[in-house]
Amino acid sequence: MEKLLEVKDLHVAFPSKQETVHAVDGVSFEVFEGETFGLVGESGCGKSQTLRSILGLLKQPGRVTGGEILYKGADITKMNQRALQKVRGKEISLIFQEPMTSLNPVLRIRTQMYEAFEREKLTKEEKRQRAIELLKLVGIPSPETRLDEYPHQFSGGMRQRAMIAIALGAKPKLLLADEPTTALDVTIQDQIMKLLNQLKQELGMSIILVTHDLGVIAQMCDRVAVMYAGQIVEMTDTVTLFSKPRHPYTYGLMGSLPNEDTAGTTLEAIQGSPPNLANLPEGCPFAPRCKFACDICHKERPEITEVEPGHFARCHRPEITQNFQGLIQVPGQADGKEEASHE
Amino acid sequence: MIPVLFVVTILVFSIIRFIPGEPARLILGEKATEQAVAALTEKLGLNEPLLTQYFLFLKQIFTLDFGNSFTYQMPVSELLASRFPVTLALTLMSTVISLVISLPLGYFAGVHKDKLGDQVVRTTSLVAISMPSFWVGLLLMIVFALKLKWLPAGGWADTLPEQFRCLILPAITQSLMTSALLLRNTRNSVVDITRMDYVDFARSKGISAGEVRSRHVMRNAMISTVTLLSMRMAAMLGGSVIIETVFSIPGIGKLASEAIFGRDYAVVQFVVLLFAVLVLVINLITDILYSFLDPRVNL
Repeated sequence: MEKLLEVKDLHVAFPSKQETVHAVDGVSFEVFEGETFGLVGESGCGKSQTLRSILGLLKQPGRVTGGEILYKGADITKMNQRALQKVRGKEISLIFQEPMTSLNPVLRIRTQMYEAFEREKLTKEEKRQRAIELLKLVGIPSPETRLDEYPHQFSGGMRQRAMIAIALGAKPKLLLADEPTTALDVTIQDQIMKLLNQLKQELGMSIILVTHDLGVIAQMCDRVAVMYAGQIVEMTDTVTLFSKPRHPYTYGLMGSLPNEDTAGTTLEAIQGSPPNLANLPEGCPFAPRCKFACDICHKERPEITEVEPGHFARCHRPEITQNFQGLIQVPGQADGKEEASHE
Repeated sequence: MIPVLFVVTILVFSIIRFIPGEPARLILGEKATEQAVAALTEKLGLNEPLLTQYFLFLKQIFTLDFGNSFTYQMPVSELLASRFPVTLALTLMSTVISLVISLPLGYFAGVHKDKLGDQVVRTTSLVAISMPSFWVGLLLMIVFALKLKWLPAGGWADTLPEQFRCLILPAITQSLMTSALLLRNTRNSVVDITRMDYVDFARSKGISAGEVRSRHVMRNAMISTVTLLSMRMAAMLGGSVIIETVFSIPGIGKLASEAIFGRDYAVVQFVVLLFAVLVLVINLITDILYSFLDPRVNL
C-alpha cells in the first residue's frame, strides 16, 4: 500500500496573552491508501486540531508551531493559500461533527454542492447531473427536488448525508471525518457509518476518522491512534488495540465500556479529568489519573516506543501493560499470561 | 400595513387639532378683525364637528387633493411632489455612502479582530457616533466649502449635476452616524460568522478566499445589516429636518420645519403623514429584502 499522508512531529499551539495552549504536542502517524485510520480520545485531547491542521483550517489564533504534514510528499504546513486551495476538496476534504451548523443556512443545497466542483468548469446541466448523482450516492431520496431546497428543510441525518455528498464532490483521495455521527441519533449513526464504509470501498479513498467512541473505531477503522493531552499514547491496528491494549489510558477506556462480562455491574470510569493543556504536569500527562503510576511516571515524560512490531505505546511500565487483556480475544494471542482484571 | 396607516391618520389629525391656539388667528396675525378670523375658520372648515373634519381629511388623502398652503400659495400636493425627490436623493445618497464605508471597513475590522486595525476602526467609529450631525455639518462646510472651495456650502441649484454637488456635504454629514453604527454591526457579524463551521466547510471545498468572503461571510452578515439599515433610513428621514435646515436644501425636512414655524397646518399634517408612509414603505421593503436574504423567513 502506498503512503498517502504522513504527519511528522506535529505541534499546534493556541497562544493568548495569559497562556499558550499546546493542543497538539508532537503527533506523528501515517495514513495509507484505502485505509481508515482512527484518532480516538476525550474532548480536548487535540484530535480535532490535528485533523484541522491537515487542511490548514485551524481556528484563530491556533497555528502549527512545528513538524510537517506531508501529502504525497508535499508539506501542507508550508503551503500558501493558493496551493492549499488546490489540495482542499480535490485531494483532501472534510466533514464536520455538527450537520446543523456546517451548511450555510441561507444558500440552497445546490449552490453549496456546486462549489465543490466549481473548478471543473462544467455547464449548468452537467453540474446539476453531478449533484443529483452525488445525492443519490449518499442515499438522499428524490434528489432532483432536494437540490433546490435549503438546509433548514433537511433533517439532521439528511444534512449529514448532504455534507458527505459535498465533501465527495471533487472525488478526494482522503476524507477527514470529525466525529461525523456524534450529533445524530443511534440508528442514523449506524446508517452514516455504513454509508462511509461503502463509499470508501466504491471510491477507493482513505478516511481519517476522529471520534471519542470506541464502538465507532471498532466498526470502521483499520488502524487506530489513541490521543491523550495532545499526544498519541498508543497506536496499532484495531484488532490488536482491542485485544491487547498497551497503555493504561486505552485500557481504562475499554473498562468504561459496557459488555457481556460487566452487564449488571457498575462501569468503571477513569478517575479525575484531563490535564490543562496550557500547564501540563512534569511527568507523564496521564500519571495523575493512572492507577499503575509509579515514581518515574510523575517525574519523566515517557517516549513513544514500539512495544511489539507495529504496536506503539507511550508508557514507562511495559512490564505491567503487557498483561492487559482487552475486550476481545484473538486466538493465539491469549497465551496464558496472567490477566490483569478490571477491578 | 393598512391598519397602521389608519392609526397614523388619526394620530396626525389629532396632534394638529390639539395644538393650542386658533389657527385662523395665528395665520392672519394679531391685528386681524374678528370677522376675518371667523371667515377663515369657516373657509378652513375648522368650525365643523371634529368627526366631519376627520372625514374631510380622509377624503383629501384618498383624492390626493391636499388643499392649499398659505405660506407658499400653492397646492400642498405640488409642494410635496417638488420637495420629496430632494429628500429621497439625500437619503439614498447617505445610504450609499454609509454602505460603501461600513461594509469593507466592517469586514476588515471583523477579520482582524482585536488587532491594531480593528482597534483604530472601532475607536474612529465611536468618535463618529458621538459627534452631533449639525456640528459635523458646519465643520465640513468650513473645510470643504469655505477653505478649500470644492463644494457649495449650502443652498440649491438648477441643473442636475450642480444639485448633485449640493447634496454631497449634507449626505456625508448624514451618513456619518449610520456608517459608524453599520460598521460596528458588520464587524460583530463578521466576527461571529467567521467562527461558524459552515465557513470552514466552505473553505475545505477549495473555493477561493474571495468566494468564501462574498458568498458565505458577507452574504450572511447582510441579514443583520439590512435590519439596522432600515431603522437608520427611517432615522435619517427624521434627521433630514436638521440637515436640510443646516445646508438650506429644499426637501421635505426643511419644508416640515418651515411649515411648523409658519403654522401652515395643511402642509404640516401631510408632511407628517408622508414621513409615516415613508417609514412604512421602508419597513415593507426591508421585509421583502429579508425574505430574499434569509430563506428561513416567510413573508
